[in-house]
Amino acid sequence: MTRLRRWLANPWGRPRFLVLFTALYLVWSIVPILIAIRFSFNEGRSRSTAQGWSLRWYSGDPDLSVFHDPDLRLALFQSLRLAAIAVLVTVPLGVALAIGLTRWRGRGAGTARGISLATLVTPEIVMGTALLLVFIHLLTFIQLGIVAQAIGHITFSLVFVVIIVRGRLLAIGPEYEEAARDLGASRIQALRLALLPMLVPAIVASGIIVFAISMDDFVISNFLSSGTATDTVPVRIYATGRTAPTPALNALATVTLVITIVIALVGFLLWRGVRAARGQTGSTVGEFAALDAEAVR
Amino acid sequence: MSEPERRVGAGRGGDGFWAGLALPGVVWLCVFFLLPFYVILCVALGSVDPIFQTPSPEWNPLEWNTSAFEFVLDGLFTSGAAFQTVFLRTLVYVTVATALSLLIAYPVAYYVARYGGRWKGLLLVGLIAPFFISYLMRMLAWINLLQDDGWVNDVLVWIGILDAPRNWLDGRASSVILGLVYGYVPFMILPLYAFLDRIDRSLLEAARDLGASPFQAFRMVTLPLSMPAILAGIVIIALPMFGDYYTPDLLSGAPQTSLIGNQINLYIRGGQQIPVGAALVVVLMLFLTVLMGYYLYATARAQRRLGG
Repeated sequence: MTRLRRWLANPWGRPRFLVLFTALYLVWSIVPILIAIRFSFNEGRSRSTAQGWSLRWYSGDPDLSVFHDPDLRLALFQSLRLAAIAVLVTVPLGVALAIGLTRWRGRGAGTARGISLATLVTPEIVMGTALLLVFIHLLTFIQLGIVAQAIGHITFSLVFVVIIVRGRLLAIGPEYEEAARDLGASRIQALRLALLPMLVPAIVASGIIVFAISMDDFVISNFLSSGTATDTVPVRIYATGRTAPTPALNALATVTLVITIVIALVGFLLWRGVRAARGQTGSTVGEFAALDAEAVR
Repeated sequence: MSEPERRVGAGRGGDGFWAGLALPGVVWLCVFFLLPFYVILCVALGSVDPIFQTPSPEWNPLEWNTSAFEFVLDGLFTSGAAFQTVFLRTLVYVTVATALSLLIAYPVAYYVARYGGRWKGLLLVGLIAPFFISYLMRMLAWINLLQDDGWVNDVLVWIGILDAPRNWLDGRASSVILGLVYGYVPFMILPLYAFLDRIDRSLLEAARDLGASPFQAFRMVTLPLSMPAILAGIVIIALPMFGDYYTPDLLSGAPQTSLIGNQINLYIRGGQQIPVGAALVVVLMLFLTVLMGYYLYATARAQRRLGG
């Protein structure tokens, strides 16, 4: 009783309440996903009750499984293809933009930085509408479908690369390049031999983030899709989430989840590796979380 | 590119080189971000082809036609009109969902930042995990759970809260708000965590030394210090919520939970009156700009007050 009173008087002192709260939050956040994964292994057709275990909706069913239903399979490929294009284009474009904007002192730099940050706070439905209308009415040579979707993904993920690389650039400072220039390097050489190697961890981290947000994206992919053939996994889930007759959709979501996490994990290990090779130490998960937080801010 | 002159200074001068490096990205943003905004305006202020019912954008600002805007503004300011109802509903849903998210996010972020200890790494993995699980998959999980024969009904009936299973997916505000909170709360926790983790503990010790109880120290030091992060977290999740149409579509699908995003989606992709959809987007943008402006003003003020 006294303990209860003491706890009520000061719930923040000993964080028992907070422990419980955080634990409940984590359970609430993760268990629904685990349940959705569990239903993907159902033997029956239900997506809301447990009905035995099987791989029927992954590969067993000859028509409706992820492996055999072309709509589901294509959605997975479309998601992966888009994410790959997004990473390959956005990372170099964003790294150059970040370096340029950080070192360029001209009047345009502030404006350009403002524009890139504006993409961060623009709701996706606004950007999706804007791009849809521009491709229909002005840049008509760009057709809806994978090209339009890729342009959209690159546009909204660019700022994340800029934020992450710029943060690292500000931490490095201009001294290394100046030293390289003093030693006779050209600007390009200073950039390539002194600066870029130090940016590798930030570049890898931004690649992971771009991949993850491209896989996660729904609105842009939906607005700029030209039909079922260019639907991504999230678009598929939106289109059939309420009506899908079998757990194959859960299986598709599970496969996508596993691929995303495996690729992100490989990227994370790579990032940790290059970071250690550059002699940086400290809590890697903590720093990565800070990067992530930086990116969503 | 390969200039012969040595060291004009990496920091000073050489602006042409750095501007050149930024150029492709800047051009990209101009073509695919700024230009599209002008196109939205031209469509919203353009006309509709009388025969084919397709919108024809008006590129010349002198010829702009405001009828779509008048239609939207009329609907917004006439009490009881559809646009006004939807807009107010959006405001209520977003406010409630954001407030609930803050009530969940702050204690979790606070606990992990201050008391995480040796579990911090694992806890952080739990906080980051939702970032790698698609939002739509997380909604799918709730569709599974909220079905008539789903586990939510099973549990509620078993505990005795409900007599019979209830249909949670037929247009309930509670289901949509649950979805919004579930979907967006991770995006609030992480920046809050990053901020709380950086708060200097010696400030708290000083407060304790001066006789503050732990709760007072929290209320008078930690909470005011974290105000900018709270505001940032609110903006981070409120902005996308204002444009959300998929959460209500998936967790309700009924007109009585339709949000402003659903209206935009309907007008833009439904076909008939695209200029009205474009005008709605512009109005939403203007409204959110005001919100953003307030946010910038409030963070600046909070920082000034704290002398930071």
